[in-house]
Amino acid sequence: MFEIDFGKQDPVVGIDLGTTNSLVAVMDLTHPRVIPGEDGSLLAPSVVHVAPGGEVTVGNAARRLLIDDSTRAVYSIKRLMGRGVADVAAELQFFPFRIAPGSESVIRVQLGEKTFTPPEISAMILRQLKRNAESDLGCPISRAVITVPAYFNDAQRQATKDAGRIAGLEVLRLVNEPTAAALAYGLDKRREGIVAVYDLGGGTFDISILKLQEGIFEVLATNGDTHLGGDDIDNRLLAIALEEIAGEWSQDLSKNGEFVQLLRRAVVEAKERLSFVPSTAIEVEYGGRSYRREITRELFEKLIGDIVNRTLEPCRAAIRDSGVTVGQIDEVVLVGGSTRIPMVRNAVEALFRARPHTELNPDEVVALGAAVQAGVLSGAVEDTLLLDVTPLSLGIETMGGVVSKLIHRNSTIPASATETFTTAVDGQRNVLIHVLQGERELAQDCRSLARFDLKEIDPLPAGMARIEVRFLIDANGILNVTARDARTAKEHSVDVKPSYGLTDEQVEAMILESVEKAEQDFAARQLAEARVEADAILAATEKARQSETYFELSEREREAINEAVNRLLVVYHSGDYLLIRSHIEKLNDATLKLAEAMMNTAVRGALKGTKI
Amino acid sequence: MEEREQGRMKNYETFGLEPRLSLEPADLERRFYRLSRKLHPDVAGSQSMEAAANLNDAYRTLKDPVSRAEYFLGQRGIEIGEANLPPEMLEEVFELNLALEEGRVEEAAASFAAMLAGIDRELQQKFEIHDAAGDPAALEAIRALLNRRKYVRNLARQAERETVEG
Repeated sequence: MFEIDFGKQDPVVGIDLGTTNSLVAVMDLTHPRVIPGEDGSLLAPSVVHVAPGGEVTVGNAARRLLIDDSTRAVYSIKRLMGRGVADVAAELQFFPFRIAPGSESVIRVQLGEKTFTPPEISAMILRQLKRNAESDLGCPISRAVITVPAYFNDAQRQATKDAGRIAGLEVLRLVNEPTAAALAYGLDKRREGIVAVYDLGGGTFDISILKLQEGIFEVLATNGDTHLGGDDIDNRLLAIALEEIAGEWSQDLSKNGEFVQLLRRAVVEAKERLSFVPSTAIEVEYGGRSYRREITRELFEKLIGDIVNRTLEPCRAAIRDSGVTVGQIDEVVLVGGSTRIPMVRNAVEALFRARPHTELNPDEVVALGAAVQAGVLSGAVEDTLLLDVTPLSLGIETMGGVVSKLIHRNSTIPASATETFTTAVDGQRNVLIHVLQGERELAQDCRSLARFDLKEIDPLPAGMARIEVRFLIDANGILNVTARDARTAKEHSVDVKPSYGLTDEQVEAMILESVEKAEQDFAARQLAEARVEADAILAATEKARQSETYFELSEREREAINEAVNRLLVVYHSGDYLLIRSHIEKLNDATLKLAEAMMNTAVRGALKGTKI
Repeated sequence: MEEREQGRMKNYETFGLEPRLSLEPADLERRFYRLSRKLHPDVAGSQSMEAAANLNDAYRTLKDPVSRAEYFLGQRGIEIGEANLPPEMLEEVFELNLALEEGRVEEAAASFAAMLAGIDRELQQKFEIHDAAGDPAALEAIRALLNRRKYVRNLARQAERETVEG
């Protein structure tokens, strides 16, 4: 067998951690490829179920449990990543998230008797994808590129990175979803020119304008809405159906998790059919009763018109910011399942005055692009370079609650800014810096990112201290802050308090826990493998005992074999794979002579029948 | 700020360019792409994050003619100053305010755009005069233009805000 040496490092995978579905892909020799799960499907529904014993199920299997065991299952967890409970209040009426008390800065979701943070739940999905990749590629996977909506803020990105770490993955890069799509698309066709990527997924909307030139993918501008997607369409239809059912059946079932999931499934299916047929029906049966609602595409479009329109203003803003005119945009690429809706396609076509491209499967293109970027980072893909931007302006709060912008939106990342701070009072020892993200002028209208405390400033008269603070948005779109004393040029410590999300200590604790779990997983797998091996050698020995050769052995030799077999049978159910392995070895040793003798007999037999 | 080190034109040095107010955008872009292929952390690893950030910051500063000129003047120790209403614009600004008050928003927006475009054209001319002759008087003219531009920008932004809120 030939093996090509691609270097010592295991491959880097690309992961699309979606609101509705998640995928993992890898770069084959020249092209990216999506890796299927155990059930053969390329898309793993982003649904997680946790059984009473703590056993985690992800994907299609979990989706079935969403109806049968709805209090232990969760979907669309991406909507909660990097957010506080106040942020999601409006969504809770549509999503059956069970938020545990004390979720102000980090949400905790109740699944059965335990609670989990969104990064932990996302980590369960990532772990499943990691396993899928490992069994497909036959090697351990420890490094990944994960995609995020381009319009994700710092906290949402950090939460995604945390999820990767908890899942035991080193996240080499967070890549913006529309940019990833452009990579897959551009690499495939070797395109040049200005490309717009319109990405309407399950829960998020992004628009990015890129310039493709000689393998450089330069993002000119991006915009979007992290809470706009197919889910909103589903919720609207769901609300109508629930209201009608309440009227027809004189029963409010909106709090019945099982029924709502059943109805949601029916609504989603009807929505999907409407992309292909002019009319269909939402049908559901429950508790001996049935509900049926005809819906035409015309009515559907009336219902969702404003949702589709909400995507257009971000598109116009992105075009404005990119400095190109609509006429200069050569192509439009559609990404995300919701772009299958004819009304969405028509709206995009009308705005960009260009027929949108759909050659690549809109569900897979982001994962494929993530794999391309993984290839770039591992050196497998050459000459391709992505220059992405930060979607939101970064600023600090100044006098009167006004935000002073330091790094403007659509700046190519990594990007940095340096600001000098001083003291206002004699002998002042610390300065608190409040960092925000957003486009508005007042701090109260922007998103609080973190508070940084510059501590232990030398006591000096007011205004004499000079602390230079460097704000650096790295290639993942995540903020890093360093400070130095301008007078002494010494590094200055910065104490970071993230406004939303997990502290480093919390993430570390979760990693530790997941490592323990991974060790348990590993042990379970080792045990299963050891037993398979034991079964094989026991069966072979049993067969050999029937042969003539066996009786040619001395009595002592035969006894040794019997004893080794019995000992292996005793430890077989011990649950200790190391013990099983050592007894397999012993039986191996005991049967060595027998095996050799049988081999000789076989050769002799073979030679007998051969004419030389 | 280290980049404000008097006299040194670090952002130009990054690209191997002589400090000039007029730059050829296509040439600057070529240089930016070439350097990105060397310095971007995707190619050079995360230890290159700072270097790549400096490159991107320099490109951002030089790409836009206005921020380029502000940087250029700043390095020469010339401050743009607080934006004041230039007396010769009194009439125009008065007209604009009137249009806004009467709700002629599109008309006002068009006037703003025209004013900015006019200033930008003048700036470009002065850039060329300065680069050709190294004329210090041109720098003062540019400073005045940048100051005026700042004023118009502030005005436009304020108007935008009022229209949104109103």
